[in-house]
Amino acid sequence: MTDQDQHISAKLTFRHGVHPEEYKELSASAPIERMPFVDLYTLPLNQHIGAPSKPIVRVGQYVRRGEMIAEPGGFVSVGLHSPVDGTVTAIDLFDHPNGQMSPAIQIKIDPFSTQQLPKPNLPPVEEMTYPEFINQVQRAGIVGMGGAAFPAHVKFSIPEGKSCRYMMLNGCECEPFLTCDHRVMLEYSDALLDGTRILYQFTRGEKVYIAIEANKPDAIQKLKAAVGQTDLPLEVVPLQVKYPQGAEKMMITAILGEEVPTQKLPLDVGTMVSNVGTIAALSDYFRLGKPLIERVITVTGTAVRRPANLLVPIGTPMRQVVEYCGGITDPNPRILLGGPMMGMVQKNLDVPVIKGTSGILILTEQEVRDLDTYSCIRCGRCLDACPLFLNPARMGLLAKNGLWDEMEEYNVMDCFECASCSYVCPSNIPLVQSFRVAKSIIREKKARNKNV
Amino acid sequence: MFNEIIISVSILVGLGLFFATVIAVAYKKLRVEEDPRIDKVEGMLPHANCGACGQPGCRAFAELLVAGTESPSRCTVSSAEGLQQIATFLGVDTGAQEKIVARLLCAGGKREAQNLADYKGNLRTCRGESVVTGGPKACSWGCLGLGDCEVACDFDAIYMNDDGLPVVIADRCVACNDCVEACPKGLFELMPVSQKLIVQCKSLLEGDLALNKCSVACTACGRCVADSAPGLIAIENNLAVINYELNHLSSIDATRRCPTDAIVWVEYQQFEAPYKTTLPLGRVERFEPDEQ
Repeated sequence: MTDQDQHISAKLTFRHGVHPEEYKELSASAPIERMPFVDLYTLPLNQHIGAPSKPIVRVGQYVRRGEMIAEPGGFVSVGLHSPVDGTVTAIDLFDHPNGQMSPAIQIKIDPFSTQQLPKPNLPPVEEMTYPEFINQVQRAGIVGMGGAAFPAHVKFSIPEGKSCRYMMLNGCECEPFLTCDHRVMLEYSDALLDGTRILYQFTRGEKVYIAIEANKPDAIQKLKAAVGQTDLPLEVVPLQVKYPQGAEKMMITAILGEEVPTQKLPLDVGTMVSNVGTIAALSDYFRLGKPLIERVITVTGTAVRRPANLLVPIGTPMRQVVEYCGGITDPNPRILLGGPMMGMVQKNLDVPVIKGTSGILILTEQEVRDLDTYSCIRCGRCLDACPLFLNPARMGLLAKNGLWDEMEEYNVMDCFECASCSYVCPSNIPLVQSFRVAKSIIREKKARNKNV
Repeated sequence: MFNEIIISVSILVGLGLFFATVIAVAYKKLRVEEDPRIDKVEGMLPHANCGACGQPGCRAFAELLVAGTESPSRCTVSSAEGLQQIATFLGVDTGAQEKIVARLLCAGGKREAQNLADYKGNLRTCRGESVVTGGPKACSWGCLGLGDCEVACDFDAIYMNDDGLPVVIADRCVACNDCVEACPKGLFELMPVSQKLIVQCKSLLEGDLALNKCSVACTACGRCVADSAPGLIAIENNLAVINYELNHLSSIDATRRCPTDAIVWVEYQQFEAPYKTTLPLGRVERFEPDEQ
């Protein structure tokens, strides 16, 4: 990289937000490695948002790598595939990374298999109709790989009366520490562009943006060069380095200067946003016949001996993934799934990597400070940080007093838990944590009222 | 000068008289006759506005009482004398109703259940812990023991015992459903006191898997099923489930061979001994109706 490359001018951004320390250097230059196969894989049936998948195998059955083992349980649901050749040993309750026990299929690997993917028997994607394509994406088990794991086919199907004018590929990766999208853009750029072509064939639209934060100059360079050789209306857009730039609503604001209204989706402003990993997975499925059976995750943090970017089969126990990276150096580590801002604390490493896992972050005990909470001093920093222009200070007070209905009036349901407010609060008030609580209570209340 | 004062004063007086007439006419014409008994009955109710009767408040309940669609005993807060007073006033029967108490369907306190981690956050409530990977407990169904229910209870009927489990003081519980809604794990259930056979566990794991996490978990061994009347208890999803429609067949025998004490026979008060509390125990003062 030359000096000139490092200064990519990027003015585009949204208003508000924060600038956390990046810590990407730990794993940014580590090329993607393939995680070796392990003995046992656990595949929870609810790895995505929506209805859980329905198992279509029985215990003792031999399954091939890439074979469907659970079919979609509804429209907002996707298929699930075996990551290896092996035998189904159990369909039972297993630990899920969300802390609950949930139904899962356990597969024991066949040690004598070559683990070759069977030949695909798909018709060429160029000859498919739109509904066929959507159906195939659903069967392929492809979900949004940014972390929320929202079924991709739901996002790709454009409802009547709406149109997709702009397609955006999200390579911002604004979370500190995480580098998996960065490496995907660098190393799988062919698959990324091919996936874009496949999707563009159906959605059309005026323009395809690839949004990348300016702290990844090599990825910007590489994709800019690659974009020049395609006939698609592609544009690589460097964005200012700011958190949460990778949230889809923030990204749309940054690129189009347009806000997505509350309770609305990006498609309401004619935009479709997908993570770069999701698009690369499209190419893998339609060209190679490989459904979503593995994903790139970042294993990083100061307590990991060898931070790395790994291509991990879905269902691999996290303990083995961490051991492959040299293990943990701290006796009392703090383990997070995802980045430090939005990632979820993990109490147990004996859970599988699932489709929504973007990284495993392991910090030392010294790095995580337990801070005391003080009273709100009305400094208003959280108001300047909230990318959605909510009022975290007010909502924090309401949450303290259990006034959930009032919080709903203050649009707490719009909060996507980016944690910028908690990050800037000088009194260490657990703001985003209490919004999470409020959202769960409000959702519960709504479900109860619906049943009555 | 003097004229201007007279004009302005007379305009104001005129406007005042005009609107007074409008209001007086509206009062006569648009008046809604309300049953005067509603006010009286409301006065006899406890004003707790707890919602245990299923109505949004005591006033709404009083309206239904006067209309005759509800019986006074739906108010679980009033004392027996208070209910009798309302019943006599309205000339109806109190409609004897069995006492309902909130029961906790988990017995895994600090001593029984394993913890996988420590919660280090600043939001030390059950809700706050449960949104972070379901709380630190190994059992993902179990009581977190931080007392959201204790805070939610308007009647001081819940206190946390030294094992970190909420104890519902049966005498004080009015079955208002607040704790049921407060518990993020949904562990409370309102039960008539005649339902004495209770499975104090919600774990859906089997055998040692459940036991490794909690020493009082239901292991789905099926002994209680064998020891009780046919159809009373069934093992569903690795958990003993009691069919309370056959409650009259239940007996203490079903609990005798339970290896983990997950199924218990509760005579009125759940989690009795040994507990220490600063709260005065014994007969609790009820809300008494106003003297009429």
